[in-house]
Amino acid sequence: MTDSASTPSKARPRNTKRRNLIQRLGYMGMILAAAITVAPIILIVVYIYSRGLPAISLEFLSAMPKDGMRAGGIFPAIVGTFWLTIGTGVIAVPLGVGAAIYLSEYAPDNRWTRTIRIAIINLAGIPSVVYGLFGLGLFVLFLHFGTSILAGSLTLAIMTIPVIISTSEEALRAVPNSFRVVSISVGGTRWQTIQRIVLPQALPGILTGVILGLERAAGETAPILFTVASFFLPRLPASIFDATMALPYHLFVISTQVPGMPIKIQYGTAVVLLTFVLIMNGFATVIRSRARARRQW
Amino acid sequence: METPTIANSGRKPQSKILIEDLTVCYSDGTESLRQINLAIPENAITVLFGPAGGGKSTLLRTINRLNDLADVVELTGHLYLDGRDVLAKDCDVIALRRNIGMVFARPVVLPMSIRQNLTYSLELAGIHDSTRLNQAVEESLNAAALWEEVQDRLDEPAVKLSGGQQQRLCIARALVLKPEVILLDEPTSGLDPISTGKVESSLQTLKEDYTIVLVPHSVQQAARVADYAAFMLDGRMIEYAEGKLLFTNPKDQRTEDYVEGRFG
Repeated sequence: MTDSASTPSKARPRNTKRRNLIQRLGYMGMILAAAITVAPIILIVVYIYSRGLPAISLEFLSAMPKDGMRAGGIFPAIVGTFWLTIGTGVIAVPLGVGAAIYLSEYAPDNRWTRTIRIAIINLAGIPSVVYGLFGLGLFVLFLHFGTSILAGSLTLAIMTIPVIISTSEEALRAVPNSFRVVSISVGGTRWQTIQRIVLPQALPGILTGVILGLERAAGETAPILFTVASFFLPRLPASIFDATMALPYHLFVISTQVPGMPIKIQYGTAVVLLTFVLIMNGFATVIRSRARARRQW
Repeated sequence: METPTIANSGRKPQSKILIEDLTVCYSDGTESLRQINLAIPENAITVLFGPAGGGKSTLLRTINRLNDLADVVELTGHLYLDGRDVLAKDCDVIALRRNIGMVFARPVVLPMSIRQNLTYSLELAGIHDSTRLNQAVEESLNAAALWEEVQDRLDEPAVKLSGGQQQRLCIARALVLKPEVILLDEPTSGLDPISTGKVESSLQTLKEDYTIVLVPHSVQQAARVADYAAFMLDGRMIEYAEGKLLFTNPKDQRTEDYVEGRFG
């Protein structure tokens, strides 16, 4: 780009040149920043998959662990994480979405609701190991649930609820208020308006938040450490009062606690956990983009 | 304003809505109403006009209790519709709103098809019979002068309509429950002159069957459509008279100044 072409004033060409240079450097800097944030995720996926994929086989996915977990499969951990995710969802989704509907659609702006909001923000900031300890105290010991899927799901649910509340509330608030006013003005009740107008419009956003919240719960180790996860339990849980193995904790155990562990089993386990999470992420992305294409506002 | 009757009127029209000493205050102190008295006659277009912030929208939204959604801290006085106090505690607000159609400044179509925009309120009212629904859809679209343009595309999303068509759909939606009163809050503010003309002429037909209260988007529009006109300034009713009297021979200096464009 020449100076005369880029600006009508030729009075200070040097300044223009300098400005263009700064502009270009700034632009490249931002591209670089964006690229650097993408790089780790690509590196992680490539690294984990290249080392772990050789371990994946039908036996690995569907058999019990053998030989002090140094051989065999990780089936009970897969099943355990599956049930924990379902259990967390069953508890956290109705509570989280319900609270979000209350906060977005009903709650007046007063000291009480401001307190609730501050509590939610703080809840989201609590370290996960603290949730684990809390779950141990309340669910495992005080309520006598024992180390069980129930106690683990409850603990994970408490950790997930703030995420679901804030993403759901955001999705509900994104629905234009004029829709609510119109619905009320034609004789709709508040609940009819929520049910027929607001919720359907906010549903994709809510689902995205729910999936992202559950995905985080599925991958957490600390909250399940004291509440449900077993070091080694080569059978499937029979009820919600059973303990179970789970993928994140199993990965921790075989990476640090078991001597002589073949490295490919560790990476194989990581591949399974990562795939589980990526599939959920994929669902969230598909829901979001399809909703965006169909949105009428 | 001592009497809520209409000044300078030879005949005595039946008042549909009677407002007595109505005072409304919001928590932030904006656009409140002070001691409003007004008698709105049946089967006529009554225009509420004046500069922004004068309380016109608040008055409209008090008639169908839509202001229940707003942060109202004070509400005194009476507002009678057919002799029954709308502001009373035992008023059935849902039934009231079904009896009063409302059209807003910006066309707000619901995120559904053209047909569903109209059947929505009927279904909420418990009407599911498809012949009845279809009939109501056709009638209301005809009344809003939109049927010809959309009869072949009723199941398309309503957002695909042009701005003027969307606003006429909103008018049709206000009519679909066969209310007695229609409230219009600057219904043509976002429309081109041709669409505005269509809306204004359909109002002239509609007033045969409905009581219409309109907040116009300009003094010119007020003068064009008003059977009766009320000039509102800072939450007060300054002057209320038959349209042709008020716009040609206003009694109050402030009305005259505003009508002639000296402020606003």
